[in-house]
Amino acid sequence: MLKKTLQWTLAATLIWAGAAAPAGADAARDYVSIVGSSTVYPFSTVVAEQFGKSSAFKTPKIESTGTGGGFKLFCSGVGVAHPDVTNASRRVKISEYDNCAANGVSEIVEVKIGYDGIVIANSKKAPLAKLTRKEIFLALAKQVPDPAGAQKVVANPYKTWKEINPILPAEKIEVLGPPPTSGTRDAFVELVMEHGAESYDWIKALKKSDEKQFKAIAQTVREDGAYIEAGENDNLIVQKLEANPKAMGIFGFSFLDQNADKIQGAEVEGVAPAFEAIADGQYPVSRPLYFYVKKAHVGTIPGIREFLKEFASEKAWGPDGYLADKGLIPMPDAERKQMGADVEQLKTLAKDQLK
Amino acid sequence: MNNPKPKTIEIVKRGLARRYRAERRFRRMGLGAILLSLAFLGFLFVSIVGNGYTALLQTELQLEIYFAPQIFADTEVGNADYSRLVKEALYALFPQVTGRSERRSLAGLASSGAAFELRRMVLADRSLIGQRQRLWLPADDDVDMLVKGHLERAGGRLSETQLAWIDQLQAQGQVAKHFNRTFFTAGDSREPELAGIWGAVCGSFYTLLVTLALSFPLGVATAVYLEEFAPRNPWTDLIEVNINNLAAVPSIVFGLLGLAVFLGVFGMPRSAPVVGGLVLALMTLPTIIIASRAALQSVPPSIRDAALGVGASKMQMIMHHVLPLALPGILTGTIIGMARALGETAPLLMIGMVAFIVDIPNSFTDPAAVLPVQIYLWADSPERAFVERTSAATLVLLAFLIVMNGLAVVLRRRFERRW
Repeated sequence: MLKKTLQWTLAATLIWAGAAAPAGADAARDYVSIVGSSTVYPFSTVVAEQFGKSSAFKTPKIESTGTGGGFKLFCSGVGVAHPDVTNASRRVKISEYDNCAANGVSEIVEVKIGYDGIVIANSKKAPLAKLTRKEIFLALAKQVPDPAGAQKVVANPYKTWKEINPILPAEKIEVLGPPPTSGTRDAFVELVMEHGAESYDWIKALKKSDEKQFKAIAQTVREDGAYIEAGENDNLIVQKLEANPKAMGIFGFSFLDQNADKIQGAEVEGVAPAFEAIADGQYPVSRPLYFYVKKAHVGTIPGIREFLKEFASEKAWGPDGYLADKGLIPMPDAERKQMGADVEQLKTLAKDQLK
Repeated sequence: MNNPKPKTIEIVKRGLARRYRAERRFRRMGLGAILLSLAFLGFLFVSIVGNGYTALLQTELQLEIYFAPQIFADTEVGNADYSRLVKEALYALFPQVTGRSERRSLAGLASSGAAFELRRMVLADRSLIGQRQRLWLPADDDVDMLVKGHLERAGGRLSETQLAWIDQLQAQGQVAKHFNRTFFTAGDSREPELAGIWGAVCGSFYTLLVTLALSFPLGVATAVYLEEFAPRNPWTDLIEVNINNLAAVPSIVFGLLGLAVFLGVFGMPRSAPVVGGLVLALMTLPTIIIASRAALQSVPPSIRDAALGVGASKMQMIMHHVLPLALPGILTGTIIGMARALGETAPLLMIGMVAFIVDIPNSFTDPAAVLPVQIYLWADSPERAFVERTSAATLVLLAFLIVMNGLAVVLRRRFERRW
């Protein structure tokens, strides 16, 4: 009796497993699969949700894998098992483009969606900070030019902001920022640290003569405790800034926007991080955001073309659109129109367009 | 000669006070350790409940909606401009507001979900067209946070005029907090007032079902074989060592295995509960095997000998006598293993279950997220209203875990046999 029961249970389990878990490619994927940057994720998800609700298609599935991880998945091949779209907080590299081509992903459509500002903020309980990129570089780099004036670098000796510039307060340098795995950190290093380093002519000259040395000076962040890696969770940085008014934090503009009642962004070279200032390019610390689409999947996976249409519509990425409400800085009108036309035609990216 | 050597009882009595002191000290240290753990636990609960209990309520605005026939005139019922109905109702409450940006500001007080709520109502009941109704519709998450006291008035998220409008609506009794049903019935969303845990709960359910279905039979069968049939030789010792090691392997390694084998070689669908279940089954298997072996070992050999003595075959002895007696221990181990699998996020990261998924999963191959993943994703979102929802979702997860572990304890108490 027990033997018979066991036999039946085993048979039923096998049948059930066979029906529910098909081995072999899922030939009927009816939703768009998106991977990539954690910075573009908040914007991509809003469009996906709007698209899912207002059309007959299924809501796209979006994973936040990081820009680099997203390209790896995206470039691993063409087919239903691979993602259709990858988000990126930087332009695709030539090496990644080649990797894609090597795996059969040859026609890629590049779509720029807007700009994201990076702010350096502190609690509203503390006075508003006014900094230049050179000062931020001197505060956070591992090696800085010798304060005595010689054309060499020394280990960063500055402990307070006042030591860098007498008009700044005599507060200890304490900055919470993203870890090296974060795209925000890459962007911060490129837009602020490198620019601050290049304000010294001799370091700028190094960029051409000894790139390795240039990178060591301009791209390495100090590790003696003044720069604290606060993890990928920007909410945590905001909470810590609230608790410690003497600290400063580095994160994306959308977090400043959502917590404007608790924190304030520092003025960089006289410009406060406001929506309009970032949109017209006056605020210097902003970078473009992209996503890339596999042209081969358009038509096979239902909904890609319509999703692109939703993303490129004025009510999404326009100045009055819902993405702007979430903290995305829209492109200028002419650029937006051009990009919209390119997306409509699914204009593919050529290798010579990349640096 | 008077007492050259003290009697044993004297020696004992002299050391007694010290012994009692040491015993008391040890008991106090034990009590202190328990109290410290309870204090930490209490702190955790108080902070989570304190942050999360406000998520059980959702601020709603009472609006008079006129389902104007002209809105439905030239278009399909599903595609009509429902947000226009909401906007008109708000404009009607404040007729003095005229400028374009001011009107946009006013319309921003209601959630975008209000329009979808109206759409649902009309699709279910077409006779609403042409009628006027007083309805409670969800407010925007900034308004919700203000009403609940989580947002500073002078902060800047809401403008002065918006604050004035909200004050006026509150004075007129058209702003109220109602039970947040959306939290328990909706899937994920980027708008906090429309986000819910139901999608994640369904995903967890399907995943755990697959995990249980795979790990329980395999685990128990393995334990029975190792305990009853396997000979004692170096090979079985090696297997035993490996099983014990697997129980201690970090869970993300199983995720990497899942990515390489299930997604790479077998080509199974990414983000599906079936793959998640397989990965978690691999992770839970060593726990169940070890617990089952301990339960089987605890059955006294006299039971086995007696069964064999009355003429049962070896299979009959195991199935009819040993296994039923070891079942409470096996079940306890299984429930604890399942509770652990319920709270796992890291192995699911590699197979794509850490994703924004709005639709509620209906089968084992639909893309799904699980509850701990949902909590993690919400904790990373900038919107203020997600802070309370993260804590509320954590409470739901903790409730499930407490129920499961409590069930394990109850089962053990009720069915355990002390030999």
